[in-house]
Amino acid sequence: MITKIAWKNIWFKPLNTALSIILLTASVAIITLLILLQEQFEKKFNDNIDGVDMVLGAQGSPLQLILSSVYQVDAPTGNIDYTEAKKWMHHPFVKTAIPLAFGDNYRGFRIVGTTPDYLAKYNAEVKNGKIFTKNFEVVIGSAIADKMGLKVGDKFFGSHGDAAEGELHDHQAYTVTGIASPTGKVIDNLILSNIQSVWAMHDHEPAQGEEHDHDHGAAADAHHHEDGHNHDHDAHAHEEGDAHSHEAVAPVNEEGKEITAVLLQFRNKNAIFMWPRIIAQNTKMQAALPGIEINRLFSLFGIGLEALQYLAYGIMLISGISIFIALFNTLKERKYEFALLRVNGASRLQLLSLVLIESLLLCITGFIFGTIVGRIALGFISGSSEDEFKMSFNPFEFVWEKEGYLFLLTIFVGILAAVIPAVKAYSLNISKTLANA
Amino acid sequence: MISTKNIHFSYGKGTDFRFPDITTTSGESLLITGGSGKGKTTLLHLLGGLQRPQSGEIIIEDTNIATLSEKKLDHFRGRNIGLVLQQSYFVASLNVLENVVLASWLATGKHASEKAKQLLEQLDLKDHLHKLPSQLSIGQQQRVSIARALINEPKLLLADEPTSSLDDDNAFKVADMLDHLAKQYGTALVIVTHDQRLKDRFPNQISL
Repeated sequence: MITKIAWKNIWFKPLNTALSIILLTASVAIITLLILLQEQFEKKFNDNIDGVDMVLGAQGSPLQLILSSVYQVDAPTGNIDYTEAKKWMHHPFVKTAIPLAFGDNYRGFRIVGTTPDYLAKYNAEVKNGKIFTKNFEVVIGSAIADKMGLKVGDKFFGSHGDAAEGELHDHQAYTVTGIASPTGKVIDNLILSNIQSVWAMHDHEPAQGEEHDHDHGAAADAHHHEDGHNHDHDAHAHEEGDAHSHEAVAPVNEEGKEITAVLLQFRNKNAIFMWPRIIAQNTKMQAALPGIEINRLFSLFGIGLEALQYLAYGIMLISGISIFIALFNTLKERKYEFALLRVNGASRLQLLSLVLIESLLLCITGFIFGTIVGRIALGFISGSSEDEFKMSFNPFEFVWEKEGYLFLLTIFVGILAAVIPAVKAYSLNISKTLANA
Repeated sequence: MISTKNIHFSYGKGTDFRFPDITTTSGESLLITGGSGKGKTTLLHLLGGLQRPQSGEIIIEDTNIATLSEKKLDHFRGRNIGLVLQQSYFVASLNVLENVVLASWLATGKHASEKAKQLLEQLDLKDHLHKLPSQLSIGQQQRVSIARALINEPKLLLADEPTSSLDDDNAFKVADMLDHLAKQYGTALVIVTHDQRLKDRFPNQISL
């Protein structure tokens, strides 16, 4: 009943109430949005660097190298010589090395030349069809399959570079041989082929049809491995057997060929800290550590996020003050009302709770609206980031802990705003109030 | 039934009131008159449990309300005392019916909606149940506050200058109504007033 009176009371002054709720909604919405963005952003970034200890690529900005090769959002720093890169890829410290070669896109989706290891790194499987084995066969990410309506067996032409408007490579079509399972990571928005396809596409020479089996490194070992023979090959080649098992199907002369980057995972973690210097001194390449670069990126973002957060808390403070003023102002006209409630048998505590509940109702309403508005905003942001960066956010995720704190903070603001008016109502002298009427 | 003994009340600094003993039984009416500054309203607040006397006893149906704890007094007041004030106050955001029902809820924890409707009908407010109090005339508001004072069938009905803002016709109507309702509900009625018109209406009088 007290709650009902409180509810009726707050809507009896709709403008005051609307102002308080709008302010609260704004602050809660901003904070909710920040919480969700930060949480999902960091999760997305961290998910994608899982299993990548280091990225080997052309010299330039290390952050750019990480963004382009791990997250597929920035332009690549340049190309590196495949033969030179291989020396490092086959180093005994290295557990897995995934080469990446960029060249083309299809309607804005990058076509990446790589090995099946790349799928394994993201725990993606070929859901429909099979993995690429020949040149110009591709496995497409699940999101692309959905958006473009591509099926196994479909053919398409790629455009050169990153932009959908790039020059069309209409002399050679790609064939979809498989569709990857959805992972929620960057691979969902990539088209994967073998590296030779990228070379072949840009050398303007058709794939070399015949398979001349030159006895070359990993590939040969792989065949032995798959046959189940237990030959005692040297360790690294053997372990990399799986990785390169399909690579040699369409061999190309690798002399002078270039790739864009290599994702490295180490067996010996000490190398993570030594290699960047060694590589910088001895080669024309650079080695960048994704963990460090991403932390650097977050700390840059952090300043902006923090500023927004302070803004939101500022708005919350103002909404608290607005509730306080609204309650305090009406107290004067409502003191007769309070005296009357006491005459009718209401206790002091009931008056105290009436004022508190009015404030809390405002806060809870504001919190609910804010939570919803924040998620709607995230939905819009997700839509535009999806278009621009192929990165989407889930507005329906709840970050219980942080949002719980936010709720408690909102309640606290409500109580704080109501304390003085509530105590005044509590200590009202009814006789005096009614006698001076 | 109400009786008082040797009530003394002081606001401090010279304003000292010693009130004559009064006794009113159920269904009976008592008019307390006196000029301004004689402590009429103070006495009414003492009888209504809004204030405590420095000394003396105020006994309503065997309970001395002068010694009740704050919380018990709130409860007792809601349950046993009906108050009609010179000016009518309401919870502005609730409609007429809700205001009356609220009084029953505060006192007993129950929503006596049917009874409230019946009372308001008897007081000729049938068409105004769902209006806000501020939409009614002064006279109508007064009748709503009479209904509210009677909803819990109190042992004591106190009225503070119930007729001072009314014209002759309405003043007598309200006086009759209070007298009649007090008898109907078996309530002791105490009216505090300086209104000469009422002095002819109620034979039982005390002058301060």
